[in-house]
Amino acid sequence: MAEERINAEQVAHVAGLAKLEFTPDQLETFTGQLEKIIGMFEELSQVDTEGIPVTSRVTDRHNALREDVAVKSDERAALLANAPETANGLIKVPAIIDESGDGE
Amino acid sequence: MDFFNQDLTSLHSDLVAKKLSAAELTQATFANLKQTDAKIDSFLNLNEDEALAAAKALDAKGINADNVLAGIPVGVKDNIVTKNLTTTAASKMLENFVPVYNATVVDKMTQNDMIIVGKTNMDEFAMGGSTENSAFKVTKNPWDVSRVPGGSSGGSAAAVAAGIVPVAYGSDTGGSIRQPASFNGIVGMKPTYGRVSRWGLIAFGSSLDQIGPMTRTVKDNAAALNLIAGNDVHDGTSSEREVPDFTAGLTGDIKGMKIALPKEYMDDGIDPKVREVIKAAVKQFEDLGATVEEVSLPHSRYGVSAYYIIASSEASSNLQRFDGIRYGFRAKDVKNLEDVYVRSRSEGFGDEVKRRIMLGTFSLSAGYYDAYFHKAGQVRTMIINDFKKVFEDYDLIIGPTAPTPAFKIGDEISDPITMYMNDVLTIPVNLAGLPGMSIPAGFADGMPVGLQLIGNSFDESTLYKAGYAFEQATDFHQATPDLGGQH
Amino acid sequence: MNFETTIGLEVHVELKTNSKIFSPSPVQFGAESNANTNVIDWGYPGVLPTANKGVVEAGIKAATALHAEIEHETYFDRKNYFYPDNPKAYQITQHEKPIAHDGWIEIEVDGQKKKVGIEEMHIEEDAGKNTHENDYSYVDLNRQGTPLIEIVSKPEINSPAEAYAYCEALRQRIQFTGVSDVKMEEGSMRVDVNISIRPAGSDKFGVKTEMKNLNSFTYVKKSLEFEEQRQQRVLMSGGQVQQETRRFDEVSGQTILMRVKEGSDDYRYFPEPDVPAVSISDDWIKTVQKTIPEMPGSRRDRYVNEFGLTAYDAGVLTQTKEMSDFFDATVKEGADPKLTSNYLQGDVNAFLNENKVDLQDTKLTPTNLAGMIKMISDETISSKIAKKVFKAIMQGTEPVKWVNDKGLIQLSDPAKLQPIIDNVLDNNQQSIDDFKNGKDRAIGFLVGQIMKQTHGQANPKVVNKLLMTSLKAR
Repeated sequence: MAEERINAEQVAHVAGLAKLEFTPDQLETFTGQLEKIIGMFEELSQVDTEGIPVTSRVTDRHNALREDVAVKSDERAALLANAPETANGLIKVPAIIDESGDGE
Repeated sequence: MDFFNQDLTSLHSDLVAKKLSAAELTQATFANLKQTDAKIDSFLNLNEDEALAAAKALDAKGINADNVLAGIPVGVKDNIVTKNLTTTAASKMLENFVPVYNATVVDKMTQNDMIIVGKTNMDEFAMGGSTENSAFKVTKNPWDVSRVPGGSSGGSAAAVAAGIVPVAYGSDTGGSIRQPASFNGIVGMKPTYGRVSRWGLIAFGSSLDQIGPMTRTVKDNAAALNLIAGNDVHDGTSSEREVPDFTAGLTGDIKGMKIALPKEYMDDGIDPKVREVIKAAVKQFEDLGATVEEVSLPHSRYGVSAYYIIASSEASSNLQRFDGIRYGFRAKDVKNLEDVYVRSRSEGFGDEVKRRIMLGTFSLSAGYYDAYFHKAGQVRTMIINDFKKVFEDYDLIIGPTAPTPAFKIGDEISDPITMYMNDVLTIPVNLAGLPGMSIPAGFADGMPVGLQLIGNSFDESTLYKAGYAFEQATDFHQATPDLGGQH
Repeated sequence: MNFETTIGLEVHVELKTNSKIFSPSPVQFGAESNANTNVIDWGYPGVLPTANKGVVEAGIKAATALHAEIEHETYFDRKNYFYPDNPKAYQITQHEKPIAHDGWIEIEVDGQKKKVGIEEMHIEEDAGKNTHENDYSYVDLNRQGTPLIEIVSKPEINSPAEAYAYCEALRQRIQFTGVSDVKMEEGSMRVDVNISIRPAGSDKFGVKTEMKNLNSFTYVKKSLEFEEQRQQRVLMSGGQVQQETRRFDEVSGQTILMRVKEGSDDYRYFPEPDVPAVSISDDWIKTVQKTIPEMPGSRRDRYVNEFGLTAYDAGVLTQTKEMSDFFDATVKEGADPKLTSNYLQGDVNAFLNENKVDLQDTKLTPTNLAGMIKMISDETISSKIAKKVFKAIMQGTEPVKWVNDKGLIQLSDPAKLQPIIDNVLDNNQQSIDDFKNGKDRAIGFLVGQIMKQTHGQANPKVVNKLLMTSLKAR
């Protein structure tokens, strides 16, 4: 493919989705590297996959289902102790500015 | 002492006969570790006090004569969580992270009286093939400290190769056990997907990851897999199949075994010196009474692309939980939530991890999903079908584990694609979920070369059987690096 | 210009299972913060989800109640987004192969019945809860992993009134399966709506606006009514409706713009590799379906045909499963259906309203209610005494023993009543005279005297009969 596969703007967009930020220098390096790697990926377009199903799992399990039995863990204190910031048994985080967020 | 001259069986009989106590063995292990590891940097965190206490308790309790692993010192890759023992996955993101639970494999180690020596170095979040991507230290290859130990389980491999521990566990997503095993002249097994519980393995590529043992001999490896194999209620993908005794059937007799050699595994991309070693191995198998025939795995050449799309996509999602909120690294002076996310992740992750996250996020994003993630999943099916076809007629596939022996530290780290191509021979095995093992098969310019054995689903036994026969007929596994132990 | 309205609803329903969908932590409303959490709920490094069989079975039940087609081969997907209440930064949901699709439910508006199609129903995990205070947010992960079903309607709802009826019907059917409490106030039912309008006869849908997490069915209706009008005004004035998320302001009754949507969110869905696919066989479906409680329609028919209740009464009793189950259980204990219906709709309902509680939160049991009703039927107690007994059974008291202990049993034995009547007559010659002179009022006075002497326990019917005979005999 002759046209540009991915440009700095797209890389910045993807970084936004992944919650990563790059300095302009890093962005340039990353764009170049991603451009090459994605260029390699394009060899897949040579493979005729018409009618071929997708494999997403290679486990031999099916219906790996647990009985509906509740088990209360004793991990609360240890879990809270590992959090960077807590208050009254809650995990504390700086304010969510965009109230409309992605949250449902 | 070091672990160059005694295998597990021999150590076990000494422990049972009380020629050696578990405490003495543990003390000697740490003494050697401190000397040797100063040169190769294979460990990240040591578990010395706990290990000694466990060994003393075991001495008091007595060694179970039926448990060949009782009292045996073991290294654990640092992406396998250990309760109360810092687990970092070699990332700044988890620099001070102390897990509150044990991985299932770790529970099995401690319940069976193995002595956990410490956590071994790795590429950050298991992403890499040289262990240079560790946020904390660069592990050196004990055969030549200017070279990499491979990766991502480079710490585990180097520790075993240097005689620091007789057994270490690693994880393998695209070759991370087998390639460092090959680079270090040891035995490394990536079991069938689902053979070993992933509960407590910090996920990289969830449909590809498996934990497996790294040892100096095939038999030790089989014993070490016996310990960790089996269904686990915590892992819905872990198989319910019965687990055979992998040490059974190690007779050295492989007459009539039908072995396939894929022509794609011996093409121009493979270092000629590596090809020579493999050709000699083919001859060896034939001498042992097996037949070796050339086959084709026509889609294996697309494995690298398919793998880097699938593994990176899964990783991009798996690593989103490292967000600075519930545990691990949170950037300083963050003003709002977006800051917590973006700065914690940008400061906490290293470059290779960021690269994979970017690749994966891109491959899954709107407009690209079909051409990349979906397509890769279809190519994965074709790779699986290639293997299925071969296993209709053959018991085993052999080939090189890696295209080259260990390369120099710093040589490939700046070129991601070259680095990714190191996995070309191991990746298809993960994509298909098959068992794969690397065993020492010779040397190229003084560096070990591994032979890869690939088996049908859940047929690790055949790999061990063939590997054992090869090992008995050769002496590569007895070679030890100049560095390490009593050298 | 005439417009056609198209409304879509996405309804989330929390399932009432013992444990969470992918972790064994308890599902429990109102526990101490983060008490019902474990390493899985926190998205710890190395944890894996294990799917709850009970959730799949609840899904089969709900799908059945929605007349939906159950997928024989279903699986989960990951929906990726960062939010503090979403610990893995992905939600395990179903995107490609939901557990059920193509269902319908019947609604009724102004006596007109209509089938509304269900596009699909999937199962997924709920998020935790954020609360905001000053410059911080506080996260409680107790709700994280609570199983949800999400029911997506087809674009076949054409008015706010239909949307209201759809919510009612959906809530009722789901509630009768027993898989959820479906309580809006506790968040076990949550409704997102979207609405668009188009010129009548147009074959292209208009641009839709959406409103999330409406608090009640009334707000669903009111917000849609407002939005329908607003969009009409926009189009009539030559403007264009923008694709946006709006919020319903309960005080003003208006919808307020929150954000304009530019394209769709990029959630990067992909199949969840940690949870193997789920095969649902016909046998499994049948086995689960056998455990589904009787649906409201069938109950209503039964109440009318077997118990002789009016269609109205049958409708009221089947509004909630709780009430209907209670009715059935009371009747099963031998209580008269008509009387039971009257009590439940009358005194019991008044009690619930007065105390603002649900039936299940009271101490009333079907056994005790039946005990009282049987005593009314066989005239062991009078309706006057029944009022006292009712108060007692609402406190959890066993009525038969209580009535006995208190000596409240109605006096119906003529042998015991006759001497009392004779005594009253002996002392009230004036009333006897009045009666003889045609003053019927006298009877009332005499009955009152008899009741007084028996502390209200005399059976009025028997008293009346005996009194008339005695009067005539004097």
